Amino acid sequence: MRVLLQAPLVFLRLFYQSVYLALGQVWANKTRSILTTLGIIIGVASVTAVIAALSGLRAKILTQFESIGTNTIFISPMRPDRGPLQHAPYWSIRFLPEHFDGMLDHCPSVARFGRQTGVGAYTVSHREKSVENVRLRGIEPACHQIESRKVSLGRPLSVIDEMQMRQVCIIDPKLQNDLRLDRDCIGQSILIGHNTFYIVGVLEARPESVFGGGDQESSEIFIPFKTSFKMRRYLWVGVLAESKSPEVSDEARAEISFFLRRTRNIKPGEPDTFRVDSVKNFLEIFDEIARVVFMVAGGIVGISLLVGGVGIMNIMLVSVSERTREIGLRKAVGAKKSAILTQFLIEAVVLCFVGGLFGVGFGQLLTTGIANIPNIELDMSFIPLWAIGLAFGFSGSVGIFFGMFPAIKAARLDPIEALRHE
Amino acid sequence: MQTMPTIAAETDKPVIQPQNDKSVIKLKDVKRVYKVGVERIHALDGISLELNENEYVAVMGASGSGKSTLMNVLGCLDRATSGYYGLDGQDTTKMSDAALARARNERIGFVFQSFELLGQLSALKNVEMPLIYSKNGWWTRRKRAINVLERVGLGDRMKHRPNQLSGGEKQRVAIARALVCGPSILLADEPTGNLDSKTSEGIMELFDRLHQEGQTIVIVTHEEHVANHAERIIQMKDGRVCSDLPANRDLVHKTAIQNNVRGEQS
Ligand SMILES: Nc1ncnc2c1ncn2[C@@H]1O[C@H](COP(=O)(O)OP(=O)(O)O)[C@@H](O)[C@H]1O
Ligand SMILES: [Mg+2]
Repeated sequence: MRVLLQAPLVFLRLFYQSVYLALGQVWANKTRSILTTLGIIIGVASVTAVIAALSGLRAKILTQFESIGTNTIFISPMRPDRGPLQHAPYWSIRFLPEHFDGMLDHCPSVARFGRQTGVGAYTVSHREKSVENVRLRGIEPACHQIESRKVSLGRPLSVIDEMQMRQVCIIDPKLQNDLRLDRDCIGQSILIGHNTFYIVGVLEARPESVFGGGDQESSEIFIPFKTSFKMRRYLWVGVLAESKSPEVSDEARAEISFFLRRTRNIKPGEPDTFRVDSVKNFLEIFDEIARVVFMVAGGIVGISLLVGGVGIMNIMLVSVSERTREIGLRKAVGAKKSAILTQFLIEAVVLCFVGGLFGVGFGQLLTTGIANIPNIELDMSFIPLWAIGLAFGFSGSVGIFFGMFPAIKAARLDPIEALRHE
Repeated sequence: MQTMPTIAAETDKPVIQPQNDKSVIKLKDVKRVYKVGVERIHALDGISLELNENEYVAVMGASGSGKSTLMNVLGCLDRATSGYYGLDGQDTTKMSDAALARARNERIGFVFQSFELLGQLSALKNVEMPLIYSKNGWWTRRKRAINVLERVGLGDRMKHRPNQLSGGEKQRVAIARALVCGPSILLADEPTGNLDSKTSEGIMELFDRLHQEGQTIVIVTHEEHVANHAERIIQMKDGRVCSDLPANRDLVHKTAIQNNVRGEQS
């Protein structure tokens, strides 16, 4: 029993002694150690920075989706990648409003849906003030709920506006400001192009958006969906839907696909001419892309770690031959092979860990740098804890792998020969 | 040409009779053969020897006579090609490498001609070093190292690095390191070889004192005045023991030995 308890204790002591010795060695040869571990430093720094950027982007997208709502589903036309419609003009596969009539009855997992159109950019004017390049969108009332954009003044668009094709609109606060409208501008009229619309509501300021919202400068105006067809005869239609809960979003997508294939007369076996994406789905796509980026980065980092590892092996071999007499002495006073092996292996690992530490440090610097580049969506970049673990795991493995050969060489030295060295 | 005179016959002071249970080291026809190309060098050519507890032995002989080889075998650094070597009654020829390492750690203290101190460590750390490979905890280690450094008279030099110590002090640190595990036998291969005669004398006085304190000691030397500190002088020639006589500090006896050696050599 005592022996059983003692064995790991002896090893533990050997371990901490070795770590202590190794740190001493690293400290004694500071410049050499840093130069040796340069490969590992660069590898770890770049991999942590890449992971940080990806995690930051993902976190950013997640917060975006939270503002949209995680059960949102986007439906849009898409050319299939096979079949006769492969090269069809986009116009021919556009959505028509009637494709979606009665969708709620056939799709039990879908809570609501709203059609919308992008009418284009218009010049909007009120009295002598006018603002160019305002994006005009036609929306159904349900879109308000799905996009969860609150109306801070007045009321949202209603079903009656829709049915009667009223010339009413909702504007955003930026436009309200730019047109020098009164604080309470409800009921006032503005000109969109050459058509008069009455303002019924003012939206809350739009949160920053990763998608489609890159153009923060231009304002938006929302009019009823059907009214938008009065502005232009033919319009692109897109649809936002909402599943009853995020958990059933996959079912909802399947139901919508099934329903649309019928309303769009797609024969069995033919590919879809539309796509149905849920937020969850988008995240999966992002993760897929992130994985590819990560693998490419991983490959590059792998090479730099390999180069770093060869450097480590080289320096450890130098260390072994420099300290041949020391090894001989240690053996002469009773160090077993395993003790010498452990010492040199740990030295290699410690060297690599030092490289890893510097690497994570530089990675953090890089991350801070990336996060402060303006106008790219990486300001939430951070190094997740698992990435630090990964960095140390990798550099440790490199140490063990490339330190093994020199350590074995040291352990195999004959004490008498070693003491006679030089 | 085996000369194995008994010690008791020639000394007047009571010497421990060579008994099996009292012997620290027992060599029986030990050979060590080096192969260099096709040539075979008999560095040890059939050595039989018995060393008892608290003996103080000097090994002398011309360069190349096999003294260092003998010490390496005694110190379990090297294995005999053939023959029997018992250390503390245990047969070392059948031990595994790990068991030999342990024997080196627990039973043997080795002192080298060129000190072999680790330059980046303090005297204290150097002395502690063998205990790292034993079962002792941090505190025992520190205590024993301090204790043994005081024993060799370096109580005030513990924090010094080897390059801050004189040759004699370095060798004292090395002796302290050899003693720190409480070895059954202290082996010193030309411990004064790198020291001037005055410092050598100091080191030899330390060996004398250790012997008085009960340590078993084997010293390799080719200097008469060093050898005469010992109680027993073993002369080697061509890998064999050619004389094994008790030493005496009076000059007459010394010349007698010298004559003996000359007689052997001629
Ligand atoms: N590793 C070795 N390989 C071959 N021959 C050796 C080796 N070590 C020692 N010898 C030979 O063994 C003999 C004894 O050497 P050694 O014990 O070192 O002598 P001493 O210490 O008495 O001067 C010498 O002839 C030497 O050349
Ligand atoms: Mg020699």
